[in-house]
Amino acid sequence: MTDNKLINLLNITKSYGENVVLDELNLYIRENEFLTLLGPSGCGKTTTLRIIGGFESPDKGQVIFEGKDITNTAPNERQLNTVFQKYALFNHMTIAENIAFGLKIKKKTKAYINDKIKYALKLVNLDGFENRMPDSLSGGQQQRIAIARAIVNEPKVLLLDEPLGALDLKLRQDMQYELIRLKNELGITFIYVTHDQEEALTMSDTIVVMNQGYIQQIGSPEDIYNEPQNAFVADFIGESNILPSIMVEDKLVNILGTNFICVDTGFGQNKPVDVVIRPEDIDLVKPEEGIIKGVVTSLLFKGVHYEMEVNACGHDWLVHSTDLVPVGNEVGIWVDPFDIQIMNKPESEDEEAAELEI
Amino acid sequence: MVKKITERFYVGLILFFLYAPIIILIVLSFNSSKSRARWGGFTLHWYKELFKNESIMNALYTTLIIAFLSALLATIIGTAAAIAINGMKKTPRTIMVAITNIPMLNADIVTGISLMLLFIAMRFTLGFSSVLISHITFNIPYVILSVMPKLRQLNAHTYEAALDLGASPIYAFFKVILPDIFPGVLTGFFLGFTMSLDDFVITYFTKGPEINTISTKIYSEVRKGIKPEIYALSTLMFISVLLLLIIINRKNADKQTVKKK
Amino acid sequence: MKLRNVLNTKTPKSPLQKKGSSSIRIRNSKWLSFPYILWMIGFIIIPILVILYYGLTNTDTSLTLDNVLAILDPINLRSLRLALGLSWKSTVICLLLAYPLAMILSKAKNKSNFIVMIIILPMWMNFLLRTIAWQNLLERTGVINTVLKFFNLPMLNIINTPNAIILGMVYNFLPFMVLPIYNVLIKIDKDIVNAARDLGANGIQTFLKIIFPLSLPGVISGITMAFVPSLTTFVISNILGGSKITLIGNVIEQEFRVGNWHVGSGLSLVLMIFILISMAIVSKFDKESEGNSLW
Repeated sequence: MTDNKLINLLNITKSYGENVVLDELNLYIRENEFLTLLGPSGCGKTTTLRIIGGFESPDKGQVIFEGKDITNTAPNERQLNTVFQKYALFNHMTIAENIAFGLKIKKKTKAYINDKIKYALKLVNLDGFENRMPDSLSGGQQQRIAIARAIVNEPKVLLLDEPLGALDLKLRQDMQYELIRLKNELGITFIYVTHDQEEALTMSDTIVVMNQGYIQQIGSPEDIYNEPQNAFVADFIGESNILPSIMVEDKLVNILGTNFICVDTGFGQNKPVDVVIRPEDIDLVKPEEGIIKGVVTSLLFKGVHYEMEVNACGHDWLVHSTDLVPVGNEVGIWVDPFDIQIMNKPESEDEEAAELEI
Repeated sequence: MVKKITERFYVGLILFFLYAPIIILIVLSFNSSKSRARWGGFTLHWYKELFKNESIMNALYTTLIIAFLSALLATIIGTAAAIAINGMKKTPRTIMVAITNIPMLNADIVTGISLMLLFIAMRFTLGFSSVLISHITFNIPYVILSVMPKLRQLNAHTYEAALDLGASPIYAFFKVILPDIFPGVLTGFFLGFTMSLDDFVITYFTKGPEINTISTKIYSEVRKGIKPEIYALSTLMFISVLLLLIIINRKNADKQTVKKK
Repeated sequence: MKLRNVLNTKTPKSPLQKKGSSSIRIRNSKWLSFPYILWMIGFIIIPILVILYYGLTNTDTSLTLDNVLAILDPINLRSLRLALGLSWKSTVICLLLAYPLAMILSKAKNKSNFIVMIIILPMWMNFLLRTIAWQNLLERTGVINTVLKFFNLPMLNIINTPNAIILGMVYNFLPFMVLPIYNVLIKIDKDIVNAARDLGANGIQTFLKIIFPLSLPGVISGITMAFVPSLTTFVISNILGGSKITLIGNVIEQEFRVGNWHVGSGLSLVLMIFILISMAIVSKFDKESEGNSLW
């Protein structure tokens, strides 16, 4: 898998004044990959994208593109194109002129340009929009034009900076399918920036979770969701119960004073860890059948399921269930062993916790 | 309803106050009596005389050339400066804006005197060039203040999008930024042109004995009585600008109705 | 205790801020300001230093304060006091006339450009001529008095009096008061006004507590834009005040006309003190808009 690294970021460091936005970031992107940079605002994901696009230069480190160092190459000389968050269409030009912009600079023939415009508009399902002005289009349409404008240049990589952020929910979901289809038809690499974990899980081949300028985890959507490597990832991706616990021995973890059987091994004995249990993985059973007992303290109807909080062992457990249990009722909590995900604690807090144990 | 009528009446009153002297001047341009105190009957005589009067036509020529050149140069310098100022960090930007405000807030008489003293100290002969330099100086701030808000409204990413699509920075500026800020640039130019045209005080101090603009020509005649040709000239200038504005306004109105459809 | 809240304590206390404004920044654009910076130094800053030099020296280039102290001469002092009095009055009248006008215009449907043009348009008729036309209107046998006479109303005798000068000032500088106020008023978010009404404020309260405070930067700019030229004019007083009334502007103009540059510069320095105070006030109120409220 190492032979087809299309883009390689080496030791990228970037700071604005005192703010270190990216710290020694290393990341490679494979050809034909749909890679998503996911994280909260300020995590450095947009800066990473802008460094790849050439709109920012890193303080330190290298950007390698197809084996060549392009760290100091101007954006207009890079073989990548960007779809900007607020479309950035040229409002004084028609749709056709917008799409033709890059091609005219490359001195393509008129016939070629016209063909490309037709092809691109068809691709984004907006045939016949050539002579419209951008401000007569809806947000979703403008976004598709922005994509069309970028892809007619046949970039090796398409960079997308929260392209769906300004759209409403329904449109956003439609556009997600649209983007996956485009990616498959075009066969190019997508680098996608978003803070929306659902969007990331739906579309990506690979997700890079970032926080505070550091990469937290790289993996497939399934890996990221099912086996988060630390509490940040677990909390950022979906809802979860994150419980400070003690790994008693292999396959046995002590959560809030009760031993649970799990499937993880290799954490050592009596080691403090974080445990993640997804709310949908908690089964509510009769009090006497559960591993622990608790009382339902709140209940919300969420459409697909009920969201409940169950107070047990001094903590509120978040539970998603299609079964309704009224507030005040006593219930048992049952978790299957393979639904218990064990994570290492961050280094420094490891020591603190260890001291507390003694 | 009563409120609306009162409001209209008030606006009408103020507009009447602003335009009454202009009506008087237009009427005077058709007055066959040479004295402005007496109505001697309708005539177009002064309009014919106007084009024969060399000193007035010279003054008009000087006025228009200076207004055009000073507005043009101020627009170029000012637009460039506005782009740079907009990209500056806070402190240098504040300083630049403060200095830009000086000629706008300073008294004309002080600006005029200070420039005159500078030219004399530099042994620079007072004349066309000194007036032109002075007009550029007081026009630049109008351009900067017209362009800055437009720059701030620009979508930051359109410029980057142009670069991303392969445009060089200069190409991107002319193709993407300039069209977007153009209304501001145009406003700056016209404001500068108008200010230059209407200026008396600064021209008065920096012009030297050799040349006259319309303003200084009028001032030199205040005591002995204004030549009626001047009324005719001013009427012509005013009417032509008025017509221009009406045409522009119509066009804009048309555009807007088209958009609504 | 909620576990999710426990987690929150782990996120660092100073979250990284998203960088930069959304405003466009062109890299390496600094050099674009060089022509302007040179121009400003050459034709704004150095000329002011030249005035300073003339104002503080004698003809034999020795340092002196005499030129500045010439303001204490009773005649000069009286003309300064008169100029301050007249410009103050005309500024107040301008404000009282302009504010309602700006408010009415800001509510009008056809926005901005057309209204601004109507206010600027009179400038295309030469400023001296417009002032001279007021002679016609105000004279004993002028237009206004003819009309008044026709209706058997008392005559208006203000030509060649300070009142005629005030009128000339108001007339000439009213647009400079209207435009900044108008520009601020149209930017006020309608929902802010609606919110005030929604919270129970009546029309007058809304105006006093919301609209007026928000429009203050425009008012301050307007005051300066009307006050400074009124204070320093010599043309309006010349045309409408006859030859008897001299303002400080007339004094300075005369000094320069007779070649008395040092005294003229000294008196200009005195004027500049008042202008500087005005500028300081403006920049204090104008911090956020960075000059925007002027136009």
